[in-house]
Amino acid sequence: MTTPNVHNWLEQHSDYLYRFALARLRDPHLAEDVVQETFLAAIKSPSFAEQSAPRTWLTGILKHKIIDVMRKNVREIAASDLLDDEDANVDDFFDDAGKWTDKPLKWDMPENALEQKQFLGILQGCMDKLPAKSAQIFMLRDVQETDNEEICKELNISPTNAWVMLYRARLGLRKCLEINWLGH
Amino acid sequence: MLSCKKASQIISQSLERKLTIGERFNLKLHLLVCKYCKHFSQQIHSISVALKLTARTIENDDTVKMPSSAKQRITDLIAANSAQS
Repeated sequence: MTTPNVHNWLEQHSDYLYRFALARLRDPHLAEDVVQETFLAAIKSPSFAEQSAPRTWLTGILKHKIIDVMRKNVREIAASDLLDDEDANVDDFFDDAGKWTDKPLKWDMPENALEQKQFLGILQGCMDKLPAKSAQIFMLRDVQETDNEEICKELNISPTNAWVMLYRARLGLRKCLEINWLGH
Repeated sequence: MLSCKKASQIISQSLERKLTIGERFNLKLHLLVCKYCKHFSQQIHSISVALKLTARTIENDDTVKMPSSAKQRITDLIAANSAQS
């Protein structure tokens, strides 16, 4: 009875939901999967027929599906990746005295649309080089705008672990961008 | 005096949590004399802004469509699930 309705939804909202997922998971196959799960969860929901703002409702379901994927991935992080606060395992970036091995330079930020496009392109490339899992916690924090407490709850990690992962992701991204952006 | 390693860690955490008074003080002191950590701070803010912008761009890019094979698969799955119930 409700089937025709869901086909309209698929027609009208699947592309948007797919892009929403792609922007966060950065993997076309994972994005397809979470959209699929979202629709399957939607048709099983008792409140399915009452939705007056389907896009908002579906996006809400999708967000949870995205977090589920991230949680699964983060859980697989080797314990060695999660060291304590004092030793964040960032020896690649600092010498024994705690000084930068590659000193952060002053960046000329993009000044026009073309440069901005280049910058974002390089950033994408650098994100792709990050270990997938740290890229994901990064997306959760900086793109999903989930607050820190919620990330930790959702991913079942301690705040310290989250800080360490974000810190290392930022160090890696920064270095990659500096090499590729300043050299562009 | 904070090392750059410690200072950059605090800078990164300042995006996640409120720093303590002691941390803020020590960080300020370090940043007065260390341009590299200042650059680091500017850079991670820029990265944060750029990532948000990228996500918005993908989200609003109408030319990006879900592959029709995936849509077909979902349609079939919905049909199969409806038939069961």
